[in-house]
Amino acid sequence: MNALEASGLSKRYGKKWALENCSFELPAGSIAGLVGPNGAGKTTLLHIAVGLLEPTRGSLRILGEQPGAAHVLSRVGFVAQETPLYKSFSVGDMLSFGAHMNDGFDTELARARFSRLEIPLDQRAGSLSGGQRAQVALALALAKRPEILLLDEPLASLDPLARREFLQTLMEGVADTGVTVLLSSHLLTDLERVCDHMMVLGRGHFRLIGDTADIIRTHKVLIGPSERAGAVSGVEQVLHQSTTERQATLLVRTNGPIIDPAWMVNQVSLEDVVLAYLDSRAASDATDRELHAVQEVAR
Amino acid sequence: MIEFRLETRSGIAPYLQIVQQVKHALRLGMLRTGDQLPTVKEVVGSIAINPNTVLKAYRELEHEGLVEGRPGVGTFVLKGLDGPPPHAHAALRRSLLRWIRNAIEAGLDHDSVEALFDSTFREAAEEEIA
Repeated sequence: MNALEASGLSKRYGKKWALENCSFELPAGSIAGLVGPNGAGKTTLLHIAVGLLEPTRGSLRILGEQPGAAHVLSRVGFVAQETPLYKSFSVGDMLSFGAHMNDGFDTELARARFSRLEIPLDQRAGSLSGGQRAQVALALALAKRPEILLLDEPLASLDPLARREFLQTLMEGVADTGVTVLLSSHLLTDLERVCDHMMVLGRGHFRLIGDTADIIRTHKVLIGPSERAGAVSGVEQVLHQSTTERQATLLVRTNGPIIDPAWMVNQVSLEDVVLAYLDSRAASDATDRELHAVQEVAR
Repeated sequence: MIEFRLETRSGIAPYLQIVQQVKHALRLGMLRTGDQLPTVKEVVGSIAINPNTVLKAYRELEHEGLVEGRPGVGTFVLKGLDGPPPHAHAALRRSLLRWIRNAIEAGLDHDSVEALFDSTFREAAEEEIA
């Protein structure tokens, strides 16, 4: 079953398309990273998924249902950007509130998390540190026992230690319940650890969607003589190319082993792959041309 | 009990890092027959990785006959890793030496020999995984 399924999903604000013709499927049980620069459409996508926004065109289904209906929302957890909490509420108040608002709310689960994180129940939300606030919001969302959890930039304002602790809690939650997670972020090294799916969004369009391990396995940096850069056997697409008179450095997607000894083959980080796809608006024409050149030689 | 660590910049898939660390512990006797591996929840709670990565690593170790998952209990070591017998090592070493001499005779310098070995080794390793 797919936890999320979008077809031709588009959202326009005035004249500007925040999302344009986006189609994807996210299998249940995935932990997916939604990546892209500010203004790429990440928050818009998440807000459509929880029913806060209506798409202009196309459709999105969450857990097989129309977003926003009460019986769907009870199965969905959502932590908005900046993890907003009621400042004057104590942590304990929020627990009672959560239990009151949600059938099947697991108060004990959240209480156990707070005690392990040494967050006292009588502390007011307004006096929590950024890391604690994020942990509280996450614990409350997990206590709802959702089938899918959507998190909008939960790591953005946290220091590296708090980020690691947040991801530990999140991954324990996944190990416990198998909840599907969609997490937006621009911190790629953190995502690389936890996400088995990557969804790269740039200016309202998906640039790359796929299994994280496949993405890393099929992308390489090749260094070799520039006169042979036009056609390298095993290369499906050149994403980025920098050439001097003699030497070429290519970031490529492969479709087989690179055997030609003229090319030095290097591993590439997820971050470099994602940046190459995000940068490809200007380069996409060039890429097409190179791809055609490769295909013609292949014929 | 052992602990895992994850090197994100190594270019080695995370599940493979766990497989390698278990094998390393088996080889050095830090893990013995009957020992329990950390539970999935313990691993993800300490190194913040995807639970499926840990499951994949444990499945791989199970497939190789090194560990056994007991539903509801945990994953346990079935046998240690002694590695190949010493004479196998010696024979492989001799053929590798022959190969290195050939490479140097063919005009490759030390760096080129290393680079050629590395890239060939990586290719073979990748084919084995795929």
